[in-house]
Amino acid sequence: MGYHRILLTVNGTKEQVDVPSNMTLLRMLREKLALTGTKNGCAAGECGACTVMMNGEPVNSCMVLAAECDGAEIITVEGLAKDHQLDPIQEMMMEAGGVQCGFCTPGILITARALLNRNPNPNDAEIREALVGNLCRCTGYFRIIDAVKKAAHAEAR
Amino acid sequence: MNNSHPALPEFEYLIPASLNEASQFLASHATEARPFMGGTDCLVRMRDGLLPMKTMVDVKPLEGMKDIKFDAAKGLTIGAAVPMNTVARHPDVRKHYPLLAQAAETVASYQLRSRATICGNICNASPAGDTIGACLTMGGVLTVHGVGGFRQEPLSKFFLGPGKTVLIPGDIVTAITLPLLPNKSAGKYRKLGRNTLSDLSIVGVTVFGYVDTTAASGFRFRLALASVAPVPFVPVKAEEILAGKAITAETIQEAGQAAMDAVTPIDDVRGSARYRKYMVRNLLIETVTEVWKQLAR
Repeated sequence: MGYHRILLTVNGTKEQVDVPSNMTLLRMLREKLALTGTKNGCAAGECGACTVMMNGEPVNSCMVLAAECDGAEIITVEGLAKDHQLDPIQEMMMEAGGVQCGFCTPGILITARALLNRNPNPNDAEIREALVGNLCRCTGYFRIIDAVKKAAHAEAR
Repeated sequence: MNNSHPALPEFEYLIPASLNEASQFLASHATEARPFMGGTDCLVRMRDGLLPMKTMVDVKPLEGMKDIKFDAAKGLTIGAAVPMNTVARHPDVRKHYPLLAQAAETVASYQLRSRATICGNICNASPAGDTIGACLTMGGVLTVHGVGGFRQEPLSKFFLGPGKTVLIPGDIVTAITLPLLPNKSAGKYRKLGRNTLSDLSIVGVTVFGYVDTTAASGFRFRLALASVAPVPFVPVKAEEILAGKAITAETIQEAGQAAMDAVTPIDDVRGSARYRKYMVRNLLIETVTEVWKQLAR
């Protein structure tokens, strides 16, 4: 099986990686770059645990081939905080109690960040719709939705 | 029990230099290579061993595949590699083809739609494809590049069975074109899933209506039904009833019944055949009524 040399930016850092054809972006992040914040849940594009930002849009990284990412800009959960300062959505997930076991949290943070980037003041229905691809078996979602609202509010100040 | 996390099997990933090269390669490796778009169907099926391919030919980077163009004389052309989210938020789509934007937004989740494409949804030829009804009812035509060059394939003759289309090895769908729509038109995709958002459809009903003074009723309704036949289904008799006499609650009932009688759904994990038939009737009545009210305004 062939390998592909790709150049991409991950969390602001340029990376050069050699990847086999059948390696997903998810596996590359976890196994080649040791960015294990991104989780492998269903590996079928259903659960959202592997959500990362690719060129500004959230994608299921289990549904993207690493070889397709030549030239791409990827942001994972490790890239949300800047200068030792958590992203407001991270702060508010803690404040609202939106984290229990934590497995879905990295994906939810990325999806919520992407939502707030395209819609700084989402209503309840818009938040629910945006998060429909992120399954959480612990929280019952209410506190997560609350966290997104709190983050939107904090950013509007 | 199946391994719930099998890795992808081994395959080669190829970016062709041109459409010609891609078509030649695909034609000469008919059973072992296929075009690769957003991957949201292919990768799942490959992982589960249902799509044993030696080479995936990534046609997304080829010229024109990521363009959306609206031409006030010709209509809308959407490149085959344009993700559904890009389609759904495009100002020309929202303004001139809102039915397509609305249907696209019912597909899976936002993340999936960052990758999934309208043309991929069509080529996958699932009877449940959510965006197929909108494209069918609005008269979509596919541009296909094969070993003999470009040709057009109308969507109305495209589907042969579940997962089966008129495409032959070497063919690559490069775009879909929707013609200009009549001035006074309205549409709606009504999707019944096991939950409100994100599920595959138990039944999907697409209604596209427009004012047409040549029809006895003054209206034409183009209808398409998802998940109730081996292919995306057009209930022709129901369309004729709605064109043939004055639109009243009774006419719409009659059309709903005609559609219910015409569909041939199956029992599966999402719903029984019997339930699907009743839902076709009820949702068609609801949706036609809603669209008709918008048109009659």
